[in-house]
Amino acid sequence: MSTHIFEYAPAPESRAVVDIKPSYGLFINGEFVDGHGTSFKTVNPATEEVLAEVAEATDADVDEAVKAARRAYTRVWSRMSGAERAKYLYRIARIIQERGRELAVLESIDNGKPIKESRDVDIPVVAAHFFYYAGWADKLEYSGYGSTPLGVAGQVIPWNFPLLMLAWKIAPALACGNTVVLKPAETTPLTALLFAEICQQADLPPGVVNIVTGAGDTGRAIVAHPDVDKVAFTGSTEVGKAIARAVAGTDKKVTLELGGKAANIVFDDAPIDQAVEGIVNGIFFNQGHVCCAGSRLLVQESVADEVMARLKRRMSTLRVGDPLDKNTDVGAINSAEQLAKIRELSEIGEAEGAERWSAPCDLPANGYWFAPTVFTGVSQAHRIAREEIFGPVLSVLTFRTPSEAVEKANNTPFGLSAGVWTDKGSRILSMANKLRAGVVWANTFNKFDPTSPFGGYKESGYGREGGRHGLEAYLKGADA
Amino acid sequence: MSRIDVRKTYKLYIGGQFPRSESGRSYIVNDAKGRLMANAAQASRKDARDAVVAARAAFGGWSGKTAYNRAQVVYRIAEVMEGRREQFEAELRASEGITAAKARTYVDAAIDRLVWYAGWADKLTQVVGNANPVAGPYFNLSTPEPSGVVAVVAPRGALLGLVSVVAPLIVTGNTVVVIASEQNPLTAITLGEVMATSDLPGGVVNVLTGSQAEIAPWLASHMDVNGIDLTGVEDEALATELEVAAADNLKRVRRPEPDTDWLAEPGLDRMTRFQETKTVWHPIGV
Repeated sequence: MSTHIFEYAPAPESRAVVDIKPSYGLFINGEFVDGHGTSFKTVNPATEEVLAEVAEATDADVDEAVKAARRAYTRVWSRMSGAERAKYLYRIARIIQERGRELAVLESIDNGKPIKESRDVDIPVVAAHFFYYAGWADKLEYSGYGSTPLGVAGQVIPWNFPLLMLAWKIAPALACGNTVVLKPAETTPLTALLFAEICQQADLPPGVVNIVTGAGDTGRAIVAHPDVDKVAFTGSTEVGKAIARAVAGTDKKVTLELGGKAANIVFDDAPIDQAVEGIVNGIFFNQGHVCCAGSRLLVQESVADEVMARLKRRMSTLRVGDPLDKNTDVGAINSAEQLAKIRELSEIGEAEGAERWSAPCDLPANGYWFAPTVFTGVSQAHRIAREEIFGPVLSVLTFRTPSEAVEKANNTPFGLSAGVWTDKGSRILSMANKLRAGVVWANTFNKFDPTSPFGGYKESGYGREGGRHGLEAYLKGADA
Repeated sequence: MSRIDVRKTYKLYIGGQFPRSESGRSYIVNDAKGRLMANAAQASRKDARDAVVAARAAFGGWSGKTAYNRAQVVYRIAEVMEGRREQFEAELRASEGITAAKARTYVDAAIDRLVWYAGWADKLTQVVGNANPVAGPYFNLSTPEPSGVVAVVAPRGALLGLVSVVAPLIVTGNTVVVIASEQNPLTAITLGEVMATSDLPGGVVNVLTGSQAEIAPWLASHMDVNGIDLTGVEDEALATELEVAAADNLKRVRRPEPDTDWLAEPGLDRMTRFQETKTVWHPIGV
């Protein structure tokens, strides 16, 4: 099988549009301040180059940020009319569009994701979220959840979609009249800090948005702060459980967007080429660093060989490498730590008897890389079929009947997402009914939109983000 | 010589059956004046686990029924209650020491509450669901679905309180394991008898009587329970302990609300708290 018909010349995006400072402080009350803690380094995962020193917020810094948020909430933001709040959010949305190229390049440098994804997916959807929720700010009484904000929201977000997760958290919170203290992930703080500059450009009142950088301890301080009224978290199920325990017995409202182990189910009547594209998109988009990634392929036995052959052929054409190259499909793994986890689980997959195949590709000498990989002969008991790997690793299982597919798909503590590929409309609807997952993509995968609620069943967490439903997390509720 | 009355043995209600506690234990339930009314079954950990198994087994069938069908069944519970209202009034007066007028008010409200919730079964999806106008050629719908098995600690208010916490859960397709009010458990079992004769499939509602502090922790930490409603927990330390245990599998939690006015018309919140939102995407093409 020929792996390359021809080579593309490199088409690197310029770094010149981005100005990365040697060090960054915390963004509290509208200003960058030094903070009381030490600092940590953020690196480019594609090169291991140190990009900047970033402040690590202490409990005292978090306390200052919460105080600033409370002041801004009480004196300014909760008193402002929804129509005026909306105008600030529209301004932010516009600046994101204007500085879109800069944001996309910075996101790819700090995260390792391909520029074509940060440019064509992340940043446009970020802007769209601010536009969408801006429009709700003066229409909350129509939402069904009332129009009373909660107060100060403490928000902790992950490294896989740094700016998109920030938008998911900040846009609805602000539209509803809350103020926020947000902590970006320790490996990807740079676009959140650039967003802080955007807030300054937009003349957002000081304290409405506060950004504190740091790691687990900073996050814990935000969650535990007694003057935080609402906690919003996206990340691992393990940390989600710790947060649920930490808020027990308090009045804090909580939403958790946690892990997944989505089944992507391919029936024998599916359009196979489209399904293969969907499988690739489902697991290799964003290096598989996607909580709703289609990491368990369930393929009907009668077409399993054909699907696998076409999938391997397609995987062989994926271009792995420089995230800033516009031809790149799969970028760098976000951190050395994450790469070690992916390697460990993949080795366990082999040790437990699954058959491993990786797309032939040359990986760069520096940086953190993992070739797109698929495991066949996987059983439901295998750890690679049960645990979230959070990398470009696909496990393949087979089934014979629709009911067996449902049984296997639902046989997981998670319930975030699922995919169904079939030509038969009645089967799509029947599968969609039976799958215990918050999002079901039928004949498509990994689609997101600000108008569309997203969130999980079971141990994938609680609450929804996006759409009208996303407002519920930030309002007192018509019934409460 | 006067007739010797035939006294009722109050048992548990699990999986459509009325077993005694597997532990063989019972506890004394007194009336408002401190006189013995009956021995009620004192449920154990094993009874709680059996109830969860029954609720899980019933979930697929119950959640898979049409909303119209669930509405009919819940309305049927109201019909059967109406026919046995004198029994409920007498039990309430005896166990809670309230006046005839007050007992009537509570029974009226409990029956009317069931009718109110029955009507929601096929409307909630229309009120809280959405068609989402995404920026692309996709058909995109969000609809509510039940969380699964929900454990409930019922509040005092032996009948109206119990109906008010259970009806919103079953009408939306969840199945329930409820710990009845420890002080006033007897009407809960009578309500179980009503449910057993109301077309409600066995296992949809399971009623445990006994010690809240003893049974609730087993339900809060049970890995096959999807949600826990702590409405009737009055001990704050216990409530926190239960919420911490519920985090083991990220159960949906409703925090205690001991001061709820059960006579007021409820909002949607008791139904929506234990619903998930499912969003289905499909491309639009030719």
